[in-house]
Amino acid sequence: MTQLPRGADLKLLDLGKRFGNHAVLRELNLEVASGQFVAIVGRSGCGKSTLLRLVSGLDHPTSGIIYQDGNPLRQLNRSARVMFQDARLLPWQRVWENVGLGVQQNWKERSLWALQQVGLASHAQDWPSTLSGGQRQRVALARALVSQPRLFLLDEPLSALDALTRMDMQHLIERLWQEQGFTTVLITHDVEEAVALADRVVMIDTGRVALDLQVSLSRPRQRQETAFVTLVERILKHITGLESREQTSDSYRLSLDIRSEHHSHHQYSHPANPQ
Amino acid sequence: MAKNKRKSRLNWLEQVAPWGVPILLIIIWQLLSQIGWLPTRILPAPTSVLQAAIQLAKSGELWRNLYISTVRACIGFLIGGGIGFVLGLLNGLFPIAEKLLDTTIQMVRNIPHLALIPLVILWFGIGEQAKIFLVAIGVMFPIYLNTYHGIRTVDGGLIEMGKVYGLKPWELFWRISLPGALPSILVGVRYALGIMWLTLIVAETIAADSGIGYMAMNAREFLQTDVVVFSILLYALLGKLADMATALLEKRLLQWHPNYQTVPA
Repeated sequence: MTQLPRGADLKLLDLGKRFGNHAVLRELNLEVASGQFVAIVGRSGCGKSTLLRLVSGLDHPTSGIIYQDGNPLRQLNRSARVMFQDARLLPWQRVWENVGLGVQQNWKERSLWALQQVGLASHAQDWPSTLSGGQRQRVALARALVSQPRLFLLDEPLSALDALTRMDMQHLIERLWQEQGFTTVLITHDVEEAVALADRVVMIDTGRVALDLQVSLSRPRQRQETAFVTLVERILKHITGLESREQTSDSYRLSLDIRSEHHSHHQYSHPANPQ
Repeated sequence: MAKNKRKSRLNWLEQVAPWGVPILLIIIWQLLSQIGWLPTRILPAPTSVLQAAIQLAKSGELWRNLYISTVRACIGFLIGGGIGFVLGLLNGLFPIAEKLLDTTIQMVRNIPHLALIPLVILWFGIGEQAKIFLVAIGVMFPIYLNTYHGIRTVDGGLIEMGKVYGLKPWELFWRISLPGALPSILVGVRYALGIMWLTLIVAETIAADSGIGYMAMNAREFLQTDVVVFSILLYALLGKLADMATALLEKRLLQWHPNYQTVPA
């Protein structure tokens, strides 16, 4: 048996996903090397969260295929752990029981270990409802890392936190990633966060990869540095550039929507007619 | 020190306050009976009700009837509650079961179960089955409805999380769905306990040869108003006891819920 590397490697081939008539992803191609930290940015509704659901195996692509370590992914991704926008802790289990969720052996020792990693060992016996929002996300982080996943998927987990707590969490995630070497895919709408953490920033637009940028700044990254600031601006310009280009077609679509709504409204009033 | 004292006095007041109104009512009632405003035929004085209670307790009649009523209530509750709980889980967890069963259950639910009394007497006579059957039917629906509702309103995000974290279907149920539905289920239990006593009283007054309801009806024939009043008070007491038991259960099982956590002062 060959030993798999610590981090999973991913290969997404011509990935497509549609919901009814609406194509969210179309022919998306992306390769992520083992141990790499990839940030995926894009406007809301560009399909980045859908992409994460496909990689985690919660949803299945309509077309295309996902390879993980060379094997096609057909069901729930067992080597992946997901951190969601909200902590999703079970309120009826104490903090360490939450962390030990899904751990088969020695869950107590291992969840204490994971809680130590995020600095919350002293809260092991507390109920989740007594924790602050930032602490809850740290517990969720411990829960994700307790089973030492090879692939770590983050779906905007820091967007609801205040600026200071967010910075702390970013440092914590970066440190744990460096220590443990798992492959990380971070979905975010915060370009600065993407540049601060990732080896590579991928921008998705209308279901495709629109920009794929290596970030070669040394770690720990200084946000005040000119190189950092220019990179953030460059990506932002890309996003806004796409926005202005699409504005015309968007407003056109909007007016169509309003018209069709009027139309359906008329149809709806028909049955009320006594005839 | 002084602050502590005031606090303990407040605490004491808080404990006693809920009983203030009942006690006041009883005092007024006693006074009205003593000055003769309330004829004993209509409402005997609290003291004579107490006397009747002591007499019934001494003769053993009270304990026999109390025991029989409690046994009926418990058996009926376990059967009806059990069926309601299982149906609620089934329909909450499996859409196919819901499609097959829910319409039927909703139709049956809307028949007032006490309307079945004539039919139940025809089926079972005035034996034990009749009372237990009625209690079971009455208790079943609140528990069914709240179990079903509880399971259906468990946060889908938590279940999705459980799946990603590798929980098997059985673990998903045991660790996420059931505890998530528990607050709602307990509301159903509390409500069902009220219905349990109500059904039993009606069933025992109409068709029975033992039990508290029978004791009251029997006393009516001999114009023993004090015994009738005592029986009614007994129901109030039993109802309160059942309610307290569920409150205790809630406190134990829902420790995690912010509503049940004592905030350290």
